[in-house]
Amino acid sequence: MKIAVCVKRVPDTETRIKIGVDGKSIDEAGVKFILNPYDEFAVEEALRLKEKAGNGEVVVYALGSDASQETIRTTLAMGADRGVLLKTDTPSADPLPAARALAAELKSGAYDLILFGKFAIDDYHQAVGPMVAELLDLPCVTAIGHLEVNGGSAVAEREVEGGIEVVELSLPAVLSADKGLNEPRYPALKGIMAAKKKPLEVKAVTLDAGGVTLLELALPPARKEGRIVGEGPDAVTALIQALRSEAKAI
Amino acid sequence: MAFQGVDFYGLDTLLNEDERAVRDTVRRFVDDEVLPIIGEHYLAGKFPKQIIPLMAELGLFGANLPEEYGCAGLNNVSYGLIMQELERGDSGVRSFASVQGALVMYPIYAFGSDEQKKHWLPKLATGEAIGCFGLTEPDYGSNPSGMITTARETKDGWVLNGAKMWITNGSTAHVAIIWAKTGDIKDVKSIRGFIVPTNSKGFSSKDQHGKLSLRASDTSELVLQDVQLPKDAVLPKSGGIKSPLMCLTQARYGISWGAIGAAMACYDEAVSYAKNRVMFGHPIGGFQLQQARLAEMLTEITKAQLLCLQLGRLKDQGTMTPEQVSLAKRNNVDIATNIARETRRLLGANGILAEYQAMRHLANLESVYTYEGTHDVHTLILGQAITGLNAFGG
Repeated sequence: MKIAVCVKRVPDTETRIKIGVDGKSIDEAGVKFILNPYDEFAVEEALRLKEKAGNGEVVVYALGSDASQETIRTTLAMGADRGVLLKTDTPSADPLPAARALAAELKSGAYDLILFGKFAIDDYHQAVGPMVAELLDLPCVTAIGHLEVNGGSAVAEREVEGGIEVVELSLPAVLSADKGLNEPRYPALKGIMAAKKKPLEVKAVTLDAGGVTLLELALPPARKEGRIVGEGPDAVTALIQALRSEAKAI
Repeated sequence: MAFQGVDFYGLDTLLNEDERAVRDTVRRFVDDEVLPIIGEHYLAGKFPKQIIPLMAELGLFGANLPEEYGCAGLNNVSYGLIMQELERGDSGVRSFASVQGALVMYPIYAFGSDEQKKHWLPKLATGEAIGCFGLTEPDYGSNPSGMITTARETKDGWVLNGAKMWITNGSTAHVAIIWAKTGDIKDVKSIRGFIVPTNSKGFSSKDQHGKLSLRASDTSELVLQDVQLPKDAVLPKSGGIKSPLMCLTQARYGISWGAIGAAMACYDEAVSYAKNRVMFGHPIGGFQLQQARLAEMLTEITKAQLLCLQLGRLKDQGTMTPEQVSLAKRNNVDIATNIARETRRLLGANGILAEYQAMRHLANLESVYTYEGTHDVHTLILGQAITGLNAFGG
């Protein structure tokens, strides 16, 4: 079983984001970066599938600057076999050029499965995975919460409004992982040491223009302080009044 | 909310990628597995044994020992960062790992035969065997050379007699490293280390009850009554009080880092409380007296971090001296204790609850202040290093 996992280096969810002077990027000073949490589910699933099959290879791909090597190392420490960094110092805010670069690289890899996180927590596009599937002309199931692989086919489950959707698909395929797919392992200390000896290939790529341009990044407006409208049953009338006339919510 | 670390001086840039990765793994482990359960275990007076297999799986035991014995083969800065993060959880959890790694695995590694190393180190690394370290006796704490535990050589091996006290992991352990005099009771040079399986006939352990500190840790008294051991139970390369003191240097090194963890946990709690707790219509963090507390804490944590980082680099170079370790242990445990106390006070009445961390750390650190060379003993070690004059006897 040969599995590719595409991962992204993203700011830690608990980092306080500052916008850079250009108004289009975040100021990276003092920001902690992590492996995108949804990608972690994808890596864990790949490792489990390989372990269950008893053979195979898990190859991790990232697109980004040299700093993404650390992100790939994290996955190698978890147990992935090797990594490939598609290096660019001019990342695109448009998911299509990223998908094209990845697809071009993945095309010749003869992978049974290509896994993504369901989205990257920095831009929330949810687009690169399905785009890669489309570019490679492969079946695609997004946001899976459960996966069973049987030879050349698989059954995936995804959470939909009010229920579970069960999908059968043929391999090779592109899947994106949702929370709950598994419980990712910690990279053990021996794994961290072993990761240094695993191959990590760096390939320079140039992203094409795509069709989307990022104009501006802005922080959400500061939230106004809450107000206590009253206590006990008396509050109900006051609350209805406030929701009607001030918030205009009802 | 996951712990974000305290790094006012950008010290992360002085750590390499592996060191940061190790620290982050243990940090996550502590957030996920230790912090949610430690309060209740502390109140119940129980070590959370369920985390032992997880700690072993991560490779936390003897992490700076070589890979050929099943250890992670990390450098000493990484090892220190592990201790820091574990003690951010609880001093008892860090103590468990300290004893297993620095006081049981290290002496077997440093003073053991090849057979002893091959037999014990992999088992201790996987947590299949838990160890304890018996040096301190009821009447010999700061003066371990005075010990009265004896090992008499017989035709077939050794017979040990004596009692050891304040032994971390004592009742949990499968194996004890026991220090005993093989010659005359006044002959300090005759002190040697022994590997003693705790199921040996004549070996018994008893939990020490009534602790108001390190409650989530097993502290026991050991009694050895005519414990017969084979000839190869002795650690062949051990000899004199220097051998156990070398072990203590390893453990004290880890404690220097651990204390930073406890201090950071308290500081983090203090900052968050100060920003959220409203009194007189303002967050208390806006009051000068609380800001003075927080500024002092951050200053001392930053100094302690720098101290440990350089100490670790020296240890990795092989030039670290025991006196340098004494300075770090003495300083860092002291400032951590003060930070825990100030956090407890900043939290007002809430500060006495087990729901918060400060008072648990404060109570723990009072033990850490006393064990592994009391604060005062380290003062005298430094005094001797400075003046060349020995002030231990009075």
